[in-house]
Amino acid sequence: MHYKVICMNKNGDYIDQLHEIRGLMERSSRFISLSGWSGILAGCYALIGAWFARWYYFGHLGTYMDRFNELISGPDFFSDPGFYGFFVLDAGLVVSFSLITGIILTIRRAKRKGQRIWDRVAQRMLINLAIPLVTGGVFCLLLLHHRLIGLIAPSMLLFYGLSLINASKYTIHDLKYFGLAQVLLGLVAMYFIGHGLLFWALGFGLFHILYGFYMWFKYERESANISA
Amino acid sequence: MIENLNKLFESRIRLGIMSVLAVNDWVDFNSLKEYLNTTDGNLSSHLTALEKVEYIKVRKEFVSRRPKSSYCITAAGKSAFDEHLKALEILINLRK
Repeated sequence: MHYKVICMNKNGDYIDQLHEIRGLMERSSRFISLSGWSGILAGCYALIGAWFARWYYFGHLGTYMDRFNELISGPDFFSDPGFYGFFVLDAGLVVSFSLITGIILTIRRAKRKGQRIWDRVAQRMLINLAIPLVTGGVFCLLLLHHRLIGLIAPSMLLFYGLSLINASKYTIHDLKYFGLAQVLLGLVAMYFIGHGLLFWALGFGLFHILYGFYMWFKYERESANISA
Repeated sequence: MIENLNKLFESRIRLGIMSVLAVNDWVDFNSLKEYLNTTDGNLSSHLTALEKVEYIKVRKEFVSRRPKSSYCITAAGKSAFDEHLKALEILINLRK
């Protein structure tokens, strides 16, 4: 009896040791503070942004498909800088709001869990996210410059997906599958060219919301209940 | 079985250093200090112990005129750490 108690204590020690080893490995190599809520909200902003773009577009032109050829070659589109400027502003606002929300919520979550946010793990994750993402951003601006409007939405999805896959090595693994989904959607969008806005809303809107809920459900629900 | 547990890793800090270095390339002193939540003196004495048995190696450089030490696991260190993990797992399974 006495012997058994000692063994159990020892065993508990070993389990604690393994837990601590795993915890340290995770904390030192992966950025895990990103809040699921930021995904949900980013998705909502994207849907609102897409709705505005659609509303603005249909207010100014005929149906999307009727104008398909003009969209690709783009004389109408560029005849009025204010017209395409609206889309650039719209997309810029969606990105800015998403970034600000993500940063605020992540800082809040890290503070609640007593973690530091801006450490070497976070920096490494962001660099790996930023390299393909900035490349994609510049690429899309060049598409705009060359008036290849129809290719912009699929390219955004493709580059965003590849960026997420690249960053997933330094954060939660699930991000890889989210990135893959965006890449696949981007390829489909590249096939059904001319429906870019729809696919853009699906990828940046719906997928973000679904992924955000999934992350929240998997990683945050319990801790939220405890702190409540 | 217990003899397979590495005596050097009985210390929480030393085991922690090995855990962090096992999954990272080079980690600087201050980051290690933060992960392990310990003091300068304590950490550096444990680092020296691990350096002596060549489980880790150190790289010193100057960043904006301040010395900065970074640490990295060696092949010997990695295999010693893996052995220790294996022994831990077997012990836990034995006594379930």
